[in-house]
Amino acid sequence: MDELLNDFLSETVESLAAIDEALVRWERNPADRTHLDSIFRLVHTIKGACGFLDLPRLEALAHAAETVLGRVRDGSLEVTAPLVTEILAAIDVIKSMVASLGQTGVEPPGDNAVLITRLERIANGIAVASEETAGDEGVQLQSNQTIRVPLALVERLMDTVSELVLTRNQLLQMARDGRSFETLDLHFQRLSQCITAMQDGVMRTRMQPIGRLWSALPRLARRLAADLGKRIDVEFGGDDVEVDRQMLDLIKDPLAHMLRNAADHGIETPAERIAARKRETGRIRIEASQEGGQIVIVFSDDGRGLDLAALRAKAVDAGLLTEAAAKHLSDAEAARLIFHAGLSTASEVTAISGRGVGMDVVWSNLERIGGSVEVYTLKGIGTRFTLRIPLTLAIISALVAQAGGERFVVPQVAVLELVQIGSDGAQIEFVYDAPVLRLRGALLPLVDLAALLELPAAGQDERFVIVAQAAGFRYGLIVDELFDTEEIVVKPVAPLLSALEAYAGNVVLGDGGVAMILDVGGLASMAGLSASTEVAPPQADAVAAKQSLVLFRTDSPSLLAVPLSQVERIEELPAASLERVGGRILVQYRGALMAVIGLDGPPLLAPDRQPLLVLNDGGSSIGVAIERIEDIVEDTYDLVADPSTGRLGNAVIGGRIAEVIDARHYLGLPATRWERAA
Amino acid sequence: MTGDFLVVGLGDRPLGIPAMRVRKVVRLPAVTRVPGAPAMIAGVMNLRGQLITAIDMRARLGLPPASHGLAPMAIITEHSHHLYALVVDSVGDVVRSRPERQEPPPSTLTATWRQAALFVQRDEALVLVLDVDAILTPPDLARAA
Repeated sequence: MDELLNDFLSETVESLAAIDEALVRWERNPADRTHLDSIFRLVHTIKGACGFLDLPRLEALAHAAETVLGRVRDGSLEVTAPLVTEILAAIDVIKSMVASLGQTGVEPPGDNAVLITRLERIANGIAVASEETAGDEGVQLQSNQTIRVPLALVERLMDTVSELVLTRNQLLQMARDGRSFETLDLHFQRLSQCITAMQDGVMRTRMQPIGRLWSALPRLARRLAADLGKRIDVEFGGDDVEVDRQMLDLIKDPLAHMLRNAADHGIETPAERIAARKRETGRIRIEASQEGGQIVIVFSDDGRGLDLAALRAKAVDAGLLTEAAAKHLSDAEAARLIFHAGLSTASEVTAISGRGVGMDVVWSNLERIGGSVEVYTLKGIGTRFTLRIPLTLAIISALVAQAGGERFVVPQVAVLELVQIGSDGAQIEFVYDAPVLRLRGALLPLVDLAALLELPAAGQDERFVIVAQAAGFRYGLIVDELFDTEEIVVKPVAPLLSALEAYAGNVVLGDGGVAMILDVGGLASMAGLSASTEVAPPQADAVAAKQSLVLFRTDSPSLLAVPLSQVERIEELPAASLERVGGRILVQYRGALMAVIGLDGPPLLAPDRQPLLVLNDGGSSIGVAIERIEDIVEDTYDLVADPSTGRLGNAVIGGRIAEVIDARHYLGLPATRWERAA
Repeated sequence: MTGDFLVVGLGDRPLGIPAMRVRKVVRLPAVTRVPGAPAMIAGVMNLRGQLITAIDMRARLGLPPASHGLAPMAIITEHSHHLYALVVDSVGDVVRSRPERQEPPPSTLTATWRQAALFVQRDEALVLVLDVDAILTPPDLARAA
């Protein structure tokens, strides 16, 4: 197909999708010129392009619409409902012609004489009898086979590709030379980083702002209001929340269903509303936000609320419940009855919301994608639906941990802190028989993940507690091992697993292994914890244990600190004993080769004697090149876990602010792993 | 042709899976367990970056577990926007569907089998052809706590 035509079509399809909302808003507030201007601009642009591309039929229609809009702009025509209806009809026809053009490359045969005549009459101020033009929903535009991507993202992807090529070439060279693989680890690290970055980038091209969904809804509401003789206003929030395209497609229908239901059953007629001392215009609000690993969409109306008595009666009639059982249902449970297939409280089955097929379809649509919906209703006040959908194909930061021999992943947003327990670290205490951890004076209830999931106990002394944020309270999750933080692609679990509270999804890890994503709220619920299980701290000493810390300086501007327990020795070695081998620095230390690193990249070495902090975690050692030791103090410190690599966070130590480093991070680097193999 | 089915082996019996539902046949890779999941879920696996839920067909159909651990072959199928791997012992050929040789599943089957079966075809052997959607929506799993 002609390239110019193609460009015209993609641009136009996008603009047309956005125009419906503008139209409805404009009708509501005709004095507001911004919407009018954008509609006019669109029609004007289409008309212009048609002349250029030789599309006479479309041009004639666009011209007729433009004339009407032009007269409104210059004040010679008033905005009336019939005028807006005809413009909407014209836009619909334009949409269908554009769609047809997209498929065949040529204009469909025929003309729009009738519509054009009506538009001309309106332009001349002649009233036109309103006939609902045929075409129910407004033409559905073909879901676009192209996407728009920010240029910056594409550039980032290009840069990453270049790095990939470079790294590949380096590896190729090494393979050809048959050299020994000292730097293999480093190259592979680089390669992994590049691949992750690419993955991330490509994933992000699929993300769309959820505001795109909002475009069709005002129009639907307008039609519903007109058909039902009601006045309805729809408001939106959270337009910028980003969601994967696939997700958008899947929640489009549920939202439309809910809008129909709210308009039909929820919002009262203007007369009823006035009698109930409400505003004449009913209000529906749709608000999107992101909470942890989910997108939350709140759909609320200020209508009459669900008729719980009728729901209970219908449930009994449909044989779903006995009368006694129906009476015993709490209001919340009764409200949930609307999600059952076959229950419709409409006294007449209207063409609008149909035979009670609405809400159960919403429920199952959401369940299929790993989401959920809740309802809250107050008689005479309104109804609120809360939809939750997982951030599918979104990338989140997550901490990889192990318990009972299985690996799991915890979303970083839910992780407040990491605490080591066991002989070296903090101790688990018991209040009655509930295990707790004393954390800066407060007592944190603990949940043993392996025990909760009925996995074998690892039986090791040294374990870890992930201080997790559940809804409204904190608790500690005991795991056996902590690994690193990874950027992971969240995938929802299959419906067969969706009932398991413990999991919020599953994921492929960097090494190809699979891990379940833990739902910290679900785990708390399984363990019987809730915001109300407060553990009262004992009145006794709330003083946290003091630790010895080594304060030191490198070329970094901050004062640095490391727990003395992680330091094997403080050394000063002759600079000559440090050898550069294949891009890294090694030293003969106590009969073995030890790597020497800088905390933030290649170390700055002193010319004659190099001070070193030798760190050790009970396995191998690593030497950190430093400038000098400042002090060794005993103090307590209040740490906020910081996902940035190598640092536990900032703390006030010995009266000064220092950055506490995490020796485990440096000991776990590939540099050391290679040393162990050697 | 629609109706054709792939013969698979589970224990000593041949079963059929409608060919249209078979996306791929693979050797089962490493499967990560899902603690707390019902017995029919063998776990989740990674196949070329895609997460696939593995179904232990023996557990699903009420057969005793294999003596040698999880069976080695899997049929990849799709249901309701998710991918599943039906784990079986062996995979055979695709057999032509012959309606004149087909019968509804016998009423002597247990409830589990009856729910899972589509029809039976008598060739040299008697093959019970399974209903993939029914396999993946077991009746007792509805809205489990």
